[in-house]
Amino acid sequence: MAKQLVLEARNIDKYFYSPQKTQVLKKISFTINRGEFVSVMGKSGCGKSTLLYILSTMDTSYQGQLLIDQEMITGKPPEYLSKIRNEKIGFVFQFHYLLNEFSVLENVLIPGLKLGKLGREALEVNAMEKLRIFGMEEHALKKAYQLSGGQKQRVAIARALINDPLIIMGDEPSGNLDKKNSDIVFGIFKELATEFNQTLLIVTHDPEFAEKTDRTIEMEDGNIIAQ
Amino acid sequence: MKYGLLIQIARSLMLARLKQTMVAAVGVTFSITMFVALLGFMNGLNQLLDGLVLNRTPHIRFYNEIKPNPDQPIDLSESYRDFENTIRTIKPNSSRLRIYNSAAIIETLQADNRVLGVAPKVSTQVFFNVGTSDISGTINGIDVQAENALFSFADYVTEGNGSDLDQTNNGIILGKGAADRMLATIGDVIQATTARGDRIQLKVVGYYQSGLGDLDNVQSYASLQTVQKMLGEPPSYITDIQVKLHELDLAPPMAKDYEALFRVTADDIQTVNAQFETGTEIRNLISYAVGITLLIVSGFGIYNILNMMIYEKMDTIAILKAIGFSGRDVNIIFIIIALIIGVVGGTVGLMLGYLAGLGIDRLPFETEALPTIKTFPVDFNPRYYIIGGIFSLITTYLAGYFPARKASAVDPVEIIRGK
Repeated sequence: MAKQLVLEARNIDKYFYSPQKTQVLKKISFTINRGEFVSVMGKSGCGKSTLLYILSTMDTSYQGQLLIDQEMITGKPPEYLSKIRNEKIGFVFQFHYLLNEFSVLENVLIPGLKLGKLGREALEVNAMEKLRIFGMEEHALKKAYQLSGGQKQRVAIARALINDPLIIMGDEPSGNLDKKNSDIVFGIFKELATEFNQTLLIVTHDPEFAEKTDRTIEMEDGNIIAQ
Repeated sequence: MKYGLLIQIARSLMLARLKQTMVAAVGVTFSITMFVALLGFMNGLNQLLDGLVLNRTPHIRFYNEIKPNPDQPIDLSESYRDFENTIRTIKPNSSRLRIYNSAAIIETLQADNRVLGVAPKVSTQVFFNVGTSDISGTINGIDVQAENALFSFADYVTEGNGSDLDQTNNGIILGKGAADRMLATIGDVIQATTARGDRIQLKVVGYYQSGLGDLDNVQSYASLQTVQKMLGEPPSYITDIQVKLHELDLAPPMAKDYEALFRVTADDIQTVNAQFETGTEIRNLISYAVGITLLIVSGFGIYNILNMMIYEKMDTIAILKAIGFSGRDVNIIFIIIALIIGVVGGTVGLMLGYLAGLGIDRLPFETEALPTIKTFPVDFNPRYYIIGGIFSLITTYLAGYFPARKASAVDPVEIIRGK
């Protein structure tokens, strides 16, 4: 299969201005192809999370260029970025980040409803299917806060998948979980990558986790030292 | 834009904080209730006070005023016409109180479609003879039916029956104050002396109490025929013609027109009672000021609660933004919350306000001065309900606008990183 660029970063610089001007990212450039399972690894404070927020379009104050799906993203209006996030990016955070006011099923549904490509019924079928993949279908009608940490993370992954995103981004998705749950989450990612050819970009500080991915981008002090 | 989803999210956010939401809605309910009840009550009282005078006052009153003739003979003289003439001690000539050609005037007025009704009146000064002393008074000869229709005469007859005037020969309804002084009870026969010295026996058939003490001490009522007979005048003898109009505001120009046409004095209600309108306006202003203050206070309540809700829901807002909701969507969600609180709180408030009005309307309120009033007056004018409803929406919208703008500006990165 021909290599297809999913994400491209060109010379991304990022500064923090408080308390004083410090450069956190220095000329970061790399690409990710379709179907790759990439991890970004580095010690705490090396700028890897900052990089992820820029790549995810949530942080727009940077210099350089960002392309998603071969489309220039830098400089686009916020409304458009919201649409990109909704349609093309799936998120998994360190602290699960489900909406506690909603049931598990609704949590998975909401990005789909927002996208509005499918009707509610079709989406519900999809959402149940995703939940089934992760063994969460019997919890579908529970409220989000009634789940354990590992369960929440699995639901969050299901939510990330609902719109069949171009890429899934994870910010230490297993960082807050015990070994067993962490392994489950990794297993899910691996399965997504191999069986569904899903592109994944996972930020982690855990070398063990990074080792098992297809490719590891290593960062130190705002620079890429190996990829 | 899919508002359905946003409304659903707004609903879930509110249900998750049901108690808080209820407190905000109760704040709106309370202020709208108070607004509507207060305005209804205050305006009810206003109308009562105005009605006390305005209901009893004709919109235009025609009569002959005793005054010196403005055209003195010297002004007509050929030689002195162009001079500035000063005449001292002019006296009014013996002009008649009677309105000349009254039947034709009444006919003309009744044919005018701006006129609601016409009531003729004969009024005369008398002395009531009580033992050796005389009490002065005024007897108004009235057309009872016209007076009832235009000035709700019967409302002010506290004892006896107004229509007895027509049925009883020489019947009189005494002012309550006059009756008390004469110790006259219903059925008694009293004696009165007219200005010309004629004596006449009158039978008391009722009491009249307007609520204005000065009036009740002096005014008494009899039928037109009785008074004409007392004065020895024919049935065409009328001293006052009272007119009620469909539109109060037409009174001044109409009075002017007819004054010139009939060559009698015509007073319009605005000129005579100018201070009443000013009073009413100021009272209205005060009640609106109080009501709107209440609504603004409740607006701050909503503002506070929404602000708190936004601080609590920072995580939710950050997630919503991360999964593809724009700032505008988040803004709309919080505006929807504010408006739902406004609509629900406002609607309940309007209903409770109506009930409160009904309650106040049932409270007994009896006073000597106002014989026709048994309970507190309440005005159920739909205008207050419309103003209350609209204002509740505006305040909740504004109260929601600023917190919502803050919510839309939440930076998801900061929240997610801050964990």
